[in-house]
Amino acid sequence: MLEIKNLHVEVEGKKILDGLSLTVKAGEVAAIMGPNGSGKSTLSYVVAGREDYEVTAGEILLEGENILEMDASERAARGLFLAFQYPVEIPGVGTMTFLKSALNAQRKSRGEPELQTPELMKRVREAAKRLEISQDMLKRALNVGFSGGEKKRMEILQMALLEPKLAIMDETDSGLDIDALRIVAQGVNTLRAKERAFLVITHYQRLLNYIKPDTVHVMAAGRIVKTGGPELALELEKNGYRDYVSEAA
Amino acid sequence: MSTEITQIRTPAEKALISLYTSEKDRLPGNDAVKALRTEAFAEFERSGLPHRRIESWHYTDLRSQLRDAAPLFTAGSSEFEDSLRHVQPKIPEGYALVLLDGVFVPELSDLDDLPEGVSVCSLADVLAKGDAALVERLAPKGLGTGDPALSLNAALMQGGVVVDVAPGTEVAKPLILLSVMSAGALHAAYHRSLVRIGAGAKLTLFEIVDAVEIGSNQQNGAVVIEVGDGAEVEHLTRISRQGADAVIINSVLASLGANCQYDGFALIADGGLVRRQIFLRFNGEHSTAGIRGLSLLSGKRHADTTLVVDHAMPHCTSREYFKHIVADEATGVYQGKVIVRPHAQKTDGAMKSRALLLSDSASMFNKPELEIFADDVVCGHGATVAQLDEDQLFYLRSRGLPRGEAEQLLLEAFAAEAVEKVRNEGARERLLTYVSDWLAARK
Repeated sequence: MLEIKNLHVEVEGKKILDGLSLTVKAGEVAAIMGPNGSGKSTLSYVVAGREDYEVTAGEILLEGENILEMDASERAARGLFLAFQYPVEIPGVGTMTFLKSALNAQRKSRGEPELQTPELMKRVREAAKRLEISQDMLKRALNVGFSGGEKKRMEILQMALLEPKLAIMDETDSGLDIDALRIVAQGVNTLRAKERAFLVITHYQRLLNYIKPDTVHVMAAGRIVKTGGPELALELEKNGYRDYVSEAA
Repeated sequence: MSTEITQIRTPAEKALISLYTSEKDRLPGNDAVKALRTEAFAEFERSGLPHRRIESWHYTDLRSQLRDAAPLFTAGSSEFEDSLRHVQPKIPEGYALVLLDGVFVPELSDLDDLPEGVSVCSLADVLAKGDAALVERLAPKGLGTGDPALSLNAALMQGGVVVDVAPGTEVAKPLILLSVMSAGALHAAYHRSLVRIGAGAKLTLFEIVDAVEIGSNQQNGAVVIEVGDGAEVEHLTRISRQGADAVIINSVLASLGANCQYDGFALIADGGLVRRQIFLRFNGEHSTAGIRGLSLLSGKRHADTTLVVDHAMPHCTSREYFKHIVADEATGVYQGKVIVRPHAQKTDGAMKSRALLLSDSASMFNKPELEIFADDVVCGHGATVAQLDEDQLFYLRSRGLPRGEAEQLLLEAFAAEAVEKVRNEGARERLLTYVSDWLAARK
């Protein structure tokens, strides 16, 4: 599904990703864990198509196709989704207007017919109910005045609606209390499917109690330094990142 | 030894002087009106076209930007007849009063359907009769006095309407003051209207500056508004569909009585060079004025909105809220001056101007000014100039919206916030449609 080969990325001349390679297969839930400053968020932004980063070497393949030259919107239409660590507030843009525009822009790009409002409303209402998102929230401007937990649930609602092939979850657990964490994790687990892959980026093992990963990667100093099964997350929780940080340096 | 400074006349100023000389005997009015015109033109001759050294015109230097002054159009030509047929479909829902090339056209106006309590006469007729009291009200003292564009307007006014709304009348549909320029060669129009809203009356006045064909004409129009005690007025303006070389001056002279409400909103889109100036004075206590607007600018267009809000009485509230979207090499100007006179205690004033620049060559000049001479007042202002937020754009793009669509969504949200305060629903929808069409066309 996703194949990253020897990725080198700089921001304002500073090296952030340093030869990162990673493969995520269809149906797989892969977790990336690592300390602050290891480049986890940069990785998610670069894959999603943010321009502030300079890719100096390497490739990112989505279903075998290099997406580095593609606009963020094109990547989204091809099935990439990023759940933001800090979802952006957009005053004046109604949540429903946004959901409709996003979904139909993707459908249009794939040559599919636009979804009519009643069908969209039905899908949104169903997903909203599962995620305990109130009708009132859907009537407000996108993310404006939402609590941290509400914003994260809105990210999952978008993911459910857009049905991506690969979802990157950037520290989705940050700022969530235990109840919100459970709702968000359930939302993700419902979407697990054999044709869909997840890349879950997190600091803590806690989230992985709710979203069980198939593989765990440790990231330090801009590359993957160790790969293992779920047990690796437990080991990290116990010993911390110290060993890997010194190893990478 | 004394030195006399002789200002060198620009070609446009020379053209205006010869225009006035040749037209003054043909323009409507009795001797009293002629005296008013002579005085106004003498004032214009003293000042010349406004230029950047006149503070209130600093950012709109007409002296250098107006290359030539166009002649007036002669009614009765074949182009005029032809124009009449084109104007009809452009009149939106409401009671229409149509000015074509600055002259009131009763045949195109809804004079027979006017509701009870509303009366309309042609300015030309009023000037011909020259009722001294009425003529005086056409040029209210202390509102825009000495402004060169207004002097020129008073000297050359060809036509307009005088509207009276009787006390207590609630006018259900908007009164539409449509000023159109006919097609054909470059020409100019000068018009002035007076709208008097009696005590307790309610009115939506929709002023539309338009053209039969997108062209380069020159229009200098003024509306004098008297809002009676307890009256409620919504005054909407749309300046649109003009050629890039068109020069539009639109002045509002508003006097507010006690306990009344005046809400103004202006959309300026595709206007060429536009100067919109509002002189508003509170003549009674406990009144509220909202003055809002949205300017959409592309190409090399220029729109200047300049306000002077005079809190001459205590216990009044004013709200100014302006937004600009400036693309390409266009220029936006907002100057808002709020004066609070020494005895105007308990004045509540808040002014805000927000602009989005869409290119590196776009310019925005914001100049809010407060002149406060009373000590028990609440007054504030804020002005921002920004670009579209890249974080917001990336968020939308990451959900599948191409950059153009993402920009449009954000721009529509920005613009709609200014339009949404328009109370008249039909007019609000029409304005919003105009805005989204404009934004879609620039993509």
